[in-house]
Amino acid sequence: MSGLAFLIPIALGLGLAGLGAFFWSMRDGQYDDLDGAAHRILIEDEE
Amino acid sequence: MNAPLDHAAMRGAPRVDSRFAVPGIRCAGCIGKIERELARIDGVETVRVNLSARRVDVGHSPAVGEDALVAALDALGFEAQPAVTAPPAQDEQEARMLMRALAVAGFGMMNVMLLSVSVWSGAEGATRDLFHLLSALIALPVIAYAGRPFFASAAWALRAGRTNMDVPISIGVLLATGLSLYETFAGGEQAYFDGATMLLFFLLAGRALDAAMRGRTRAEIGALLSRMGRSAGIVQPDGSVVRVAAAAIEPGMLMLVAAGEALAADGVIEEGRSATDNAMLTGESAPEPVAPGATVHAGTINLAQPIRVRVTAAAEDTAIAAIARLMDEAGQSRSRYVRIADRASRLYAPAVHTLAALSFAGWMIAGAGLHHSLVIAIAVLIITCPCAMGLAVPAAQVVATGALMKRGLLVKDGAALERLAEVDTVIFDKTGTLTLGEPRPDLSALTRADMGVALALAQVSRHPLSRGLARAIGEAGIAPEPVDGAQERAGEGVSATWRGLPVALRRDDGHGAGMGAVLCIGERVVPVPFADALRPDAAKTIAMLDRMGLASRILSGDRTDAVAPVARRLGLFGQGSVTPQDKLAQLERLEKQGHRPLMVGDGLNDGPALAAAHASMAPGSASDVSQQAADAVFVGSGLMPVALGVRVARATMRVVRQNFAFAVIYNLLAVPLAVTGLVTPLVAAVAMSVSSLAVVGNSLRLSGAAR
Repeated sequence: MSGLAFLIPIALGLGLAGLGAFFWSMRDGQYDDLDGAAHRILIEDEE
Repeated sequence: MNAPLDHAAMRGAPRVDSRFAVPGIRCAGCIGKIERELARIDGVETVRVNLSARRVDVGHSPAVGEDALVAALDALGFEAQPAVTAPPAQDEQEARMLMRALAVAGFGMMNVMLLSVSVWSGAEGATRDLFHLLSALIALPVIAYAGRPFFASAAWALRAGRTNMDVPISIGVLLATGLSLYETFAGGEQAYFDGATMLLFFLLAGRALDAAMRGRTRAEIGALLSRMGRSAGIVQPDGSVVRVAAAAIEPGMLMLVAAGEALAADGVIEEGRSATDNAMLTGESAPEPVAPGATVHAGTINLAQPIRVRVTAAAEDTAIAAIARLMDEAGQSRSRYVRIADRASRLYAPAVHTLAALSFAGWMIAGAGLHHSLVIAIAVLIITCPCAMGLAVPAAQVVATGALMKRGLLVKDGAALERLAEVDTVIFDKTGTLTLGEPRPDLSALTRADMGVALALAQVSRHPLSRGLARAIGEAGIAPEPVDGAQERAGEGVSATWRGLPVALRRDDGHGAGMGAVLCIGERVVPVPFADALRPDAAKTIAMLDRMGLASRILSGDRTDAVAPVARRLGLFGQGSVTPQDKLAQLERLEKQGHRPLMVGDGLNDGPALAAAHASMAPGSASDVSQQAADAVFVGSGLMPVALGVRVARATMRVVRQNFAFAVIYNLLAVPLAVTGLVTPLVAAVAMSVSSLAVVGNSLRLSGAAR
C-alpha cells in the first residue's frame, strides 16, 4: 500500500509534465508549420 | 539557417513586421532560397517562411518598404502579395482552444482510467474510496475545462429554445459527474468519472478534426488571394501623387493608374491611351483598347500605359460592389442548408432523452428506489451518448479532404463536401475554367532564331500576349537574341534592331475576331496566332462526370461565337453573352425543377452564381471574390479535380452513412443492457472505445478514394 503513496504522485506528475510540454510547444508555434518542418531538414547549411 | 534568430530583439531597433502570401513556395529549396536571399537585404532582420500557409513573415526596419520586398521576392522567381497582418482568425483560435481541451481531456482520461482499472480488478474498502476520491480530484477540473465547448453550445441552444447534439452530451456528463461525486462520498461501489472524461475526449477529437480541416484549407486559399485594387494613387491639386485606400476614394478625384495596376474605383479616362483586362468583370480574355472619354470599372487591370482617370463612382457604388451585393443575397439560400450531423441529432437527441427518462420512470415504478433508478438512467445517457456519432462525420470528412488536397482540390469545410455529394448538374464557365484563361501562342511557324528575337521583344512588354509569348518560348528553353533599342508603343507593339535589321512584334490586324500577333524581321512577316487553350483533361473530365450521371453545360459571359467552338469540341450545350443576373436566373430555374447544380467558374461575373448554386468550385487563378464564394478551389492546369471532388464527396457520404448505421446498431445492442441495469462503468468504457475506433477505422478507408 505504501508504494501507492509514491507511485500515484509520480504517475500524475509525469502526466502533468507531458501536458505542460504540449501546451508549451503549442504556444511556441511548433505546430504552426508542420509541412515546413518536414522540408527544412533537407536544407543544406552553407555557413 | 534552420532557425533564424530574433536579431531585432537583441539590437532593440524599431521594426516593422510584414507578411506576404507567396503561393509558389513548394519545396525545401524555396524555403532556403527565400530565407537566405531576403536576409541579405539591408534593413531586413528576420525572415521566416511558413510552408503550410505559403507565407513569408519578414521583420524589417521601416526604411525597407513592402514594395521593395515584393520586388526582391519577384527577382527570386516568387510572385508575392502583401497580406494583411491581422490577428489570427477566429477559426484558428477556436482550433487552438479545441486542441488544448483535447490535451487536457486526454490527460484526465488516462489518469482516471489508471485508477479505474485498479478498482475494476478488485480494489476494495478504503483503497477504492481513496481511488474514487483521487479520480474526482483529477476529473472535476478536467471536465470543467474540457467540457466548456459543449456546455457553452448547449446553453446557447437551450436559450434559443432549441436542442442540439451538445444538450444530451452536457446533461450526460454533468449528471454522471454529480452522481459519481455522490458515490465517492457515500463510499459507493461505482463511479463514472472515467466514462465522463472518455466521452469528452472522443467528442473533442471529432471537433478538433473538424476545426483542423477548416483551418488547413482556409490557409491554402488565403495564400491564393491577392489584394488587387485596394488602393489608388490620387493626384493632388499641386500635382503630387498620394496613395489612398479604396474605401476613402471619392467621386471627382483624379486617379493615376500605372501599367499593371488594378483600378480601385469606376471612372472616365481623362488622359492616356491603354488597354484594359476586363477578365475579372466579364470573363472576356482579350484586352480592350481604351482612350480618353472611355468608362473604366474598378477591378479591371490597366495593361499598357499609365492613365489618368476621373473617379465617377467609388467604394460601395462601383460596378464591382453591386456584384458583391448580388452575391450576398444569392448566398442566403445556401446558409439554410442543414448539415447531416445536425439532421441526425434532431432525431437522436429527443430519442435519447425520452429513453433515459422512460428507464428512470420504469425502474421507479418497479420499486427500485431513487438511487438505483438514477444510476440506470445515467448509464443509458452515457452509453447512448453519441461518441461514434460525434466522430462519424468529421473523421470521414477530414480523411476525404486530405486525400483531395493532395490531388489539387481544396474543399473549404464539411458542409461543402456534403453539398458536393448531392449535385446532379454541372454548369461551367468558359474562360479560365474550361480553358486555361491565358492566351497561348502557336509557335510552329517560327524558327529558333525567330523565337529568340520574339522573346527579346516580348520581355519588354507587360501586354498579356507578350507575357504569354515570353513564357511559352522560355518554357521551350530558348535564350533571347541580343537586340538594341527595344521600345514599346501603346497599341502598336514593340520594335528594336537585331543584327542591323528592324524587328518588331505587333498586333495582328489581319483576322478581326481571333487574337494574334505578327513578328516582323526586316521584310519578313511571321504570324503568331494565339488561342486560349482548353485545359488538357477537359474532355476526360466531362466524360467522367457523364459516367457519374451528371449533365454538364456551358454558361459564359463571353461572346457566343467564342463559346460555340469550345462547346462543339466538348459536345456540350453552350450559351454565350450571359449576364451575371441571367446566370442567377438560370440557376434558380434549375433548382425549381428539382436539380442540384454545381457551378464551376472563375470570373467576378460568376460570383453571384457561385454563391447561389447548391455547390460551387473555382480555379486557383480565379478572382478573389469568386474564390471566397466557392465551396472548393482547384489548383493547377487540370480540370480533373472537379470530377474527382464529386466522386470523393459521394464516397465520403457513403462512409458517413455506414458510420451512422454502425452507431445505431451499436446502440441497439447496448441500450437494452443499459435499460436493464447491466451496464457497469467497465462495459461503458469498452463499448465507447470500440465503437469510436471502428468508426475512425472505417473512415480511414477514404484515404485512397481520390486515386
